[in-house]
Amino acid sequence: MSNTRATAADSASLDTFPRLLMHHAQQRPTRPAMREKEYGIWQTYTWAEVADKVRAIASGLAELGFKRGDRLAVVGDNRPRLYWSVAACQCLGGIPVMMYQDAVAQEMSYVMQDAEIRFACVEDQEQVDKMLEIKETLPLLEHVIYDDPRGLRHYNQTFLHGLDEVLEMGRIHDRNHPDFLNNEIDKGSPEDISVMLYTSGTTGKPKGVCQSHSAFIAAAKGGCSFDKLTDQDDILSYLPMAWVGDHLFSYAQALVAGFTINCPESGETVMGDLREIGPTYYFAPPRVFENLLTQVMIRMEDASSFKRKLFGHFMDVAKRCGADILDGKPVSAGDRLQYALGNLLVYGPLKNVLGMSRIRVAYTAGAAIGPDLFRFYRSIGINLKQLYGQTETCAYVCLQPDGQIKLDSVGTPAPNVEVKLADNGEILVKGPMLLKAYYKRPDATAESINAEGYFMTGDAGFFDEDGHLKIIDRAKDVGKLTGGGMFAPNYIENKLKFFQHIKEVVCFGNGRDFVTAFVNIDLEAVGNWAERKGMAYSGYTDLASQPQVYELIRECVEKVNADLASDANMSESQIKRFLVLHKELDADDGELTRTRKVRRNFVAEKYAVLIDALYAGKKNQFIETQVTYEDGRTNKVSADLRIEDAKTFPPTRKAA
Amino acid sequence: MARQIGDVIVDLQNISLRFGGVKALTDISFNVREHEIRSIIGPNGAGKSSMLNVINGVYHPQEGQIFFKGALRKKMEPHEAAEQGIARTFQNIALFKGMTVLDNIMTGRNLKMKCNFLQHALYWGAAQKEEIAHRIKVEEVIEFLEIQDIRKTPVGRLPYGLQKRVELARALAAEPHILLLDEPMAGMNVEEKQDMCRFILDVNDQFGTTIVLIEHDMGVVMDISDRVVVLDYGKKIGDGEPDEVKNNPEVIKAYLGTAH
Repeated sequence: MSNTRATAADSASLDTFPRLLMHHAQQRPTRPAMREKEYGIWQTYTWAEVADKVRAIASGLAELGFKRGDRLAVVGDNRPRLYWSVAACQCLGGIPVMMYQDAVAQEMSYVMQDAEIRFACVEDQEQVDKMLEIKETLPLLEHVIYDDPRGLRHYNQTFLHGLDEVLEMGRIHDRNHPDFLNNEIDKGSPEDISVMLYTSGTTGKPKGVCQSHSAFIAAAKGGCSFDKLTDQDDILSYLPMAWVGDHLFSYAQALVAGFTINCPESGETVMGDLREIGPTYYFAPPRVFENLLTQVMIRMEDASSFKRKLFGHFMDVAKRCGADILDGKPVSAGDRLQYALGNLLVYGPLKNVLGMSRIRVAYTAGAAIGPDLFRFYRSIGINLKQLYGQTETCAYVCLQPDGQIKLDSVGTPAPNVEVKLADNGEILVKGPMLLKAYYKRPDATAESINAEGYFMTGDAGFFDEDGHLKIIDRAKDVGKLTGGGMFAPNYIENKLKFFQHIKEVVCFGNGRDFVTAFVNIDLEAVGNWAERKGMAYSGYTDLASQPQVYELIRECVEKVNADLASDANMSESQIKRFLVLHKELDADDGELTRTRKVRRNFVAEKYAVLIDALYAGKKNQFIETQVTYEDGRTNKVSADLRIEDAKTFPPTRKAA
Repeated sequence: MARQIGDVIVDLQNISLRFGGVKALTDISFNVREHEIRSIIGPNGAGKSSMLNVINGVYHPQEGQIFFKGALRKKMEPHEAAEQGIARTFQNIALFKGMTVLDNIMTGRNLKMKCNFLQHALYWGAAQKEEIAHRIKVEEVIEFLEIQDIRKTPVGRLPYGLQKRVELARALAAEPHILLLDEPMAGMNVEEKQDMCRFILDVNDQFGTTIVLIEHDMGVVMDISDRVVVLDYGKKIGDGEPDEVKNNPEVIKAYLGTAH
């Protein structure tokens, strides 16, 4: 080993990711850096091995002509070798551009054109095929490197290279130029752009967010010290690599703290892999926690009556005192005893089944989490917390501190982050983790960072009396009803989505007399419910149109209306009319973003006839919609949708 | 194309098979070349499954000769066929329903296990090593067919399409030279069929396995086969490349009937 700055264990110089990697390779060479399940067995890569492979890939990329500042598109599931190529790219002073693996070819084409990609590192045949499909539109693209050679034997394009081939080329290059890579790492500056993450494009075309090494390292360091993460921790890396959260948890924090990331075998095996690994640090969006709970509840309903009673009894105990015990609040000795017994009989085994026995810290973010759901996990002793952040802030703005968990807030500002509110309620943030710029979009950069250097999140919120931040909605989505009442669609939609039978909701009401809603039922939950009632149905469209289902949804809507009636600011936002959509909103049809957020305006335009029918007081409306399958084929579904009224309630409190 | 169709590997000459007075197959001759995908088609009761059973030694034809890899084959039992590298799947899934997917596929390695019963029972030394080696092979098959997520699921709980895939996995675990597939896509929806087609083509392409396939879906047969043989009432009425067979008047008659 040479004694350049890159390998010196001088913590002051650990200011770029390649330096951090080389540091770990020297400090803890035999500790596991990554695990991947392959052929049914967890394969471990130590820090020394990872550093060695990254060296080889980086040298191989250089041999192919990769230069400082070049951008490398990275597409695929969470595979160690893709994480290595990210690090390899950074070693050379390049910028990895993370792309969503389930994006269709045209969407990729846009990002790759925008980022002026010359090199792409992709996972498998599926992604290579997409690259070949859009190659014509990408005159700059020179080399495509693939990880998994399966099915690619007959592809003879000269610009295709196996990652193994690149690795081998790199080893030779490294042998002939032993100082090359260390020099390259030395040239890196913490202010260099370390990664480009594309915003999901809820509004307009995706924008490339350029983050520097120092920004991500600051965010990672803050998070690691906040939650006391060490090199002994384990995390399961299963969320898209292109998503800022995964880049923070599985890449930046792992490299800062030196903990182990674990890659599941495939998307379908995540639950089993989670159980086998038993991570100590875990992140999941609310819908994953929700799916887990739904599965548990469905299986409990099929259990024997003794087990059901046992479960019911101890869940009541947990509800009463579980969260308080976790927060270290005073709890009576009797309850403590009951809880300990429950832990032995119910919570312990349940956590084990969920793969959550070893969890010290779990986070959720990305969408609001239902209070019941949140309370459930905390009550069985899982330290589930919420955080708040966006791509532009390295997903690092607010965190819930241990012991001070409030269900409806996202916690206090994280270390080194300053948060303030604009006059219109918009949340503004400042700190070391802010983006450098949007790629080639100085206009957008100027628009999002104000004169005092605050990033304008576009979210509306307020601080409660304890200094915890509460998020209401997107600032631009907050509108007004003609009666003058505030209309915060997300706020209402979230309340509805917390019902297990409802998967997605889109509310309308800005500039209207009253609020209306489109509802997507949850096929699994409602299907199960229908089965119990002995109802026959042939598929989503059929089930969604059944009168009993409308009855079920109406009950949910009316419960929400009663709830809204008790809220001084929101009582006018009660839902007067609703319909259940004939198809599930889908990212392939452009109705959701890849992170599964509703694209409100697009939906409003696409289903304008339905909105008109809602406000015109019609009883039903015919609609035909085109649907796109994953492989790009299209088909049409049509239905005559019923529109129903829901009961509304007089406000129980006078508006302030 | 990397795949080169080789010499004749199975040559069936003038095969006739009777069950008492019922003539299942009458004077049928055709051959299978190495590395090719050979389909057998025909209406119900044409004798397709009987033909497969003749190839892997379940039935012994009263007349005719079978040459396997150039040598005349005497009366052969199914396990001997398996030892010579012929594996098959069945029209009605024949898996152990109560066992996991993994265990079912392991049974495909049965013939390759050398240790005796006692050694396996003790699971020590050679037996352990052997099992690990076989497990690696099985895991490769599991990955190949993308069934990692159901590895530990009992087969009886799986949907039909997946059970078919598990059966293919078990046949592949035996690392066969020739794979006999009896209606691998029956009862599947379009997506499952497409998946299965891809797997069959991948097996043929990557391992060079010769495949003899019975299938009713003409679209599938014409798409993936190198050559097709057509049976009707136990007689051969057509043989050749898909296009040739499609335009053969006898075949059209058997399938569609003719105007009288």
